[in-house]
Amino acid sequence: KMYCPYLLLLLSLGVSAVEVQRPRGVPLSKRQFYEEGKPFTCLDGSRTIPFDRVNDDYCDCQDGSDEPGTAACPNGSFHCTNAGFRPAFIPSSRINDGICDCCDTTDEYNSGAACQNTCRELGRKERESLQKMAEIAKEGFMLKQQLIQEAKRGLEEKKGKLAEVQTSKKDLEDKVEALRSVKEAAEQPEKEAKERHLKAWEGNFKCEDISPSTVCFNVSVAELLLHSELDQDSDGTFTETEAQGLLGGVDKVDTVAFEAVWSNIKDKYISEAKADTTAPVETPQEETRESVSDTDSEQYPEDDIPEDEEEEDEDDEDEDPDDGEYKVTSLSFSIRLVLDGPGKDDEDEGTMPPYDQETQNLIDSKYMYKTENIEKEISFDFGPSAEFGYLYNQCYELTTSEYIYRLCPFSRVSQKPKYGGSETSLGTWGKWAGPDDNVYSVMKYEHGTGCWQGPNRSTTVKLTCGKETVVTSTSEPSRCEYLMEFTTPAVCQEPPSLDSMHPDHEEL
Amino acid sequence: MAPVLAFWLVLCLSGTWAVDRGNFKTCDQSAFCKRQRALKPGESPYRALLETMELTNTRLTLQLINDNNKVRLLLELYRLQGNITRVKINELKPLKPRYEVPDVLIREPPTEPLSLLSQDDNGVVLSLGAESQRVIVSARPFRLDIMEGRDVLMSLNSRGLLAFEHLRMRKDTQADPEAEKKEEGDPENQAETGKEEEEKVEDGMWEETFKSHSDSKPHGPSAISLDFSLPGVEHVYGIPEHADTLRLKTTDNGDPYRLYNLDVFQYELYNPMALYGAVPVMLAHNAKRTTGIFWLNAAETWVDISSNTAGKTVFGKMLDYVQGSSETPQTDVRWISESGIIDVFIMLGPTPKDVFSQYASLTGTQAFPPLAALAYHQCRWNYNDQEDVQSVDAGFDEHDIPYDFIWLDIEHTDGKRYFTWDPHKFATPKEMLQGIMDKKRKMVAIVDPHIKVDSNYKIHNEIRSRGFYIKNKDGGDYEGWCWPGSAGYPDFTRPDMRAWWASMFAYDQYEGSMENLYTWNDMNEPSVFNGPEVTMHKDATHGAWEHRDVHNLYGLYVQMATADGQIQRSGGVERPFVLTRAFFAGSQRYGAVWTGDNAAEWDHLKISIPMCLSLGLVGISFCGADVGGFFKSPSTELLVRWYQTGAYQPFFRAHAHLDTPRREPWLFGPENTALIRDAVRQRYTLLPYWYQQFYLAYHTGQPVMRPLWVEYPQDPATFALDDEFLIGRDLLVHPVTEEGARGVTAYLPGKDEVWFDVNTFQKHNGAQNLYIPVTMSSIPVFQRGGSIIPRKLRVRRSSSCMEHDPYTLYVALNPQRTAEGEIYIDDGHTFNYEKQEFIHRRLMFANNVLSSVNLNPEARFTTRSWIERVVILGASKPSKVTLKTAGESKFSRQTADRKKPFLNLVVLVRRLL
Repeated sequence: KMYCPYLLLLLSLGVSAVEVQRPRGVPLSKRQFYEEGKPFTCLDGSRTIPFDRVNDDYCDCQDGSDEPGTAACPNGSFHCTNAGFRPAFIPSSRINDGICDCCDTTDEYNSGAACQNTCRELGRKERESLQKMAEIAKEGFMLKQQLIQEAKRGLEEKKGKLAEVQTSKKDLEDKVEALRSVKEAAEQPEKEAKERHLKAWEGNFKCEDISPSTVCFNVSVAELLLHSELDQDSDGTFTETEAQGLLGGVDKVDTVAFEAVWSNIKDKYISEAKADTTAPVETPQEETRESVSDTDSEQYPEDDIPEDEEEEDEDDEDEDPDDGEYKVTSLSFSIRLVLDGPGKDDEDEGTMPPYDQETQNLIDSKYMYKTENIEKEISFDFGPSAEFGYLYNQCYELTTSEYIYRLCPFSRVSQKPKYGGSETSLGTWGKWAGPDDNVYSVMKYEHGTGCWQGPNRSTTVKLTCGKETVVTSTSEPSRCEYLMEFTTPAVCQEPPSLDSMHPDHEEL
Repeated sequence: MAPVLAFWLVLCLSGTWAVDRGNFKTCDQSAFCKRQRALKPGESPYRALLETMELTNTRLTLQLINDNNKVRLLLELYRLQGNITRVKINELKPLKPRYEVPDVLIREPPTEPLSLLSQDDNGVVLSLGAESQRVIVSARPFRLDIMEGRDVLMSLNSRGLLAFEHLRMRKDTQADPEAEKKEEGDPENQAETGKEEEEKVEDGMWEETFKSHSDSKPHGPSAISLDFSLPGVEHVYGIPEHADTLRLKTTDNGDPYRLYNLDVFQYELYNPMALYGAVPVMLAHNAKRTTGIFWLNAAETWVDISSNTAGKTVFGKMLDYVQGSSETPQTDVRWISESGIIDVFIMLGPTPKDVFSQYASLTGTQAFPPLAALAYHQCRWNYNDQEDVQSVDAGFDEHDIPYDFIWLDIEHTDGKRYFTWDPHKFATPKEMLQGIMDKKRKMVAIVDPHIKVDSNYKIHNEIRSRGFYIKNKDGGDYEGWCWPGSAGYPDFTRPDMRAWWASMFAYDQYEGSMENLYTWNDMNEPSVFNGPEVTMHKDATHGAWEHRDVHNLYGLYVQMATADGQIQRSGGVERPFVLTRAFFAGSQRYGAVWTGDNAAEWDHLKISIPMCLSLGLVGISFCGADVGGFFKSPSTELLVRWYQTGAYQPFFRAHAHLDTPRREPWLFGPENTALIRDAVRQRYTLLPYWYQQFYLAYHTGQPVMRPLWVEYPQDPATFALDDEFLIGRDLLVHPVTEEGARGVTAYLPGKDEVWFDVNTFQKHNGAQNLYIPVTMSSIPVFQRGGSIIPRKLRVRRSSSCMEHDPYTLYVALNPQRTAEGEIYIDDGHTFNYEKQEFIHRRLMFANNVLSSVNLNPEARFTTRSWIERVVILGASKPSKVTLKTAGESKFSRQTADRKKPFLNLVVLVRRLL
């Protein structure tokens, strides 16, 4: 029954407890609108009421501004000073609801809730954690600078390489064009013989039957004749008969047969390019032996990046532009690819050599691969300063009680049962998906393995600043929608100086 | 996430989103239903032996004889207090006792005297006491007609479909079980049957198979059946649970409505298939009278409905009327049950409210829930771990959306062992519960009745060692397959089992539980994944009885025992809150029910209204549907509309399947978060009204969520409405349940009524179809002129936080400028209201005076709440407002918003209550 006077008493006590005189719940910045004794105008200007209706536990203003210290207005807010910590606004519905929201306990002035003032403790903890975070941020930010530098260098290199590759491609195209003319000329006299031979072969194999990308080639006597170094008796004239002899007594051999031939001639064979002749040539068989690793790289084009340290050292050397043989090897390299491209299992099939356009296409596509790979890498959005570039081609794992999770940034996320079982894709690289003001804080991986009656698996990766690059946690908040937390220096922001970290200290 | 449980996959891979009908029996596949339905009307073999009649003050008994087989039945007829007639029919001398359903009636119903009015060779006329009601017992064939004046209210066996399969010895001594299936007229059998007419041995009498399941039927056929004719009736309702319209349909061209508690995966809408619960109560209504039939039988039951006007067009009916050639409209219903006895309560109304009271007098009223249970519930299969729970809890605060309960589904347990917690994901449940309690919120954890067979599991070991499991037909513990894998099913029909179960909820037994942890009983049909029709074998045994006898009762017992446990753990102080999926007549006494595993489809949103209305009509007021839909993922629009609808249905819980994407209210953009927030907040402002309605339901048995015809029984326009409903009698809700709706047409009932749009306060006349344009934020709700509704406008983060907040009274004036309402206040969670610790006042507005009177002078309760505001709808601006109170008199203020046709009269009073 004494509720009302009690409340008033508390009100006055409450007000006097705050250093600066103002109605309960009013932030310092709005003090001037609440002038004791003068009529109060709602902050939206909608109404003016006597001052004794401010904080009288009845809502008069549409905007709730007359009740900053009570729960009377549904849309009001209450300001806690929280001396020792950060000031805060809480919805006025949390005033006197029995739950301590303000660390200075000021929101629970009449609920009987036993709130403890925890502001100092919170402030201390926050400062500690801020300090810790600042340290991490500081170191992380330094690391980030390094990453940015490295990325810059890497990018330049790549761009240079891209240009080079493009140039050499152009050279090669010219060369191929020249070769083609020569070849066509050389082939002309052989045409009839070829056709005869073709008929003989047609019973068994048909080049056209094989997929268009399959490389078919024959080596003919005419072609061999262009290699005088293969002259059997070294008499200076490499005769047709001699050449025929090399080919085992026929005019023309297919890939398989040529292998046997090759072992006989390889010691003498001089690459056309090296010989600095414009003589037309078919592929040196030797190169096919080296092709295994390259076949792999066809399946995983990303791996075919010159920067890739371990696997591709050889290629790096091969492609070293300072090497005088660069062009040669490049050419063989590209033709080699032609040979053992998609059709490497078909090597033993005798076929016609659809050299011209198809070979050209394959050369092109190989260069496309190379240029595409570089272009693709360059095209990734590695952040404003390419600071995320170092994550490219890397993978990070986290092992939980049941699964091993693997995050390969800009590529894919997967999950594998710890104790056997197949890997499940949790998504492939989709996009940066942070909020507009911080797009590079979240990565989205999409279109993973489908779920039964559900969506395809997808993963959201939240990036936080850390010295280490590491996956710190994974979870599945919703079925088949994974959440991964990942620390990296690349998201570290320049730490503000500690002085500017407490802009709100004004109310201390 | 680990792969989906293998069995679940097997169950689900049927692929489409419709129920696999092949898993469930049609009447034709249910041997007794087929046999009974094959009987033709008009050939009743039953004759009343009037010479056996005995009439005492309270009951009449009479023998009936089946002239075909000479088997005698005993008819008992009682007049019960409150205008109810009870008719019981059993075998006069059954081979063994037949099951009579216990524990559903709250007591042996008190009787009233019967008196003999007249008697001759053809029959007997008895007076039923009140209102010149008589019952006429006709002898040949046996028939009962209940009359009032010259009107026949209801006739029993008028179509001669009374059937009673008497218990019998198996004749073939099981030498050749196939023999009996072969034919019907085995000559040897004929010879043995002597003078009695040959008992036909039909398929499925002694054994029945469905799919791969065999029902051994050791006691043979035992079905019962009886028909009821309802002259003048075109509308019948009730017999939940079915996913169908409010008004029941005739079943002539399809299966009867089936009552058999089943776990139906992805149920289909608008058909009579059985679902999770069964309440064998039907209401019949016309403009003059409402009556009810309560068929107290817990076995599998089928209900046929036919009507002589069904299929007639309005024009056809008119023609009949004009030509005077019409027979009176009539609805005939017929009940068929597999076993037990005929025990039927005929509730004679005459008003809908009378029928509710009559039914309540038999089976009790809605449990009065804790106030918080009427608030918003956030559920999902599953909140993954404690951290998840905490972040969802924080999400509500962050987005300023109130909620009271967060729910944990089966994954919270240690390997689906109920009463336990996953040691990794929920390692410190008390810490979690304390965190929730600190926010004045609560939690529900699931406890299902299937118990993992695991010798390292305490609950299992205790049940096994006490012999509490249901037994299979061979006497061993029945085992079926459910969530935990192999599981046993405790025999909840045993009082000692229930007592033991209840004791498991004690804080020292249920480790990790606290007083803010409540319970959800799912799968209590019972669901047996590898059983016939996904439930238990009918030949499993509960002591002397077969599962077939008690099936529909099992779920009720589970909830009963669980609720008892919750009461006991607090020493009888705190009200329980238990949600159940399976239910029976009387389940209203133990808590809430929901409509099971619905789907995120617009039609499922729509059907939630008739499904809950039907439950309300048969006593179960605390009903809701999974907001958002359980299976599948709702569109944002559907989700918002579902929140808006659910906010105005009694049990308001969002729930979602494990395989669906997250759908906490803030995940759909700020605009939709705001829409959902608004819907939930509307619920919270109205909690005082909901609470008062539940108090009323607890007291009187009136449904909380009501079809319009209940309040406007003489207005035929209301009889089939099920896209809108009333809460209590004063709020009319027509939720938007159409995709892309631009408007809804609501029928506002009552010739002399006016209705106020609760958002705009605009006044509309009754007895009209009103088109209401809608936007995404619209929830069309109207307050009846003449009513006073209390609200709390200070919505806080949970209902408990609002306990001491003031009320705003919304006074909506009728054309006579009067209004009336009530306000009920108590502590919100204990049984102290039984000790008169509450405030219950009638509020009245008349002659420009708002006043209140104490409805219960003995009641004592003090509240810190007050009335802060009175909003009067339909008044003009007064020149002066004064306030008088008995003790304190505080100040009052008045403001009037001239833009609106209402007066916002503000009264600021510290202690009016």
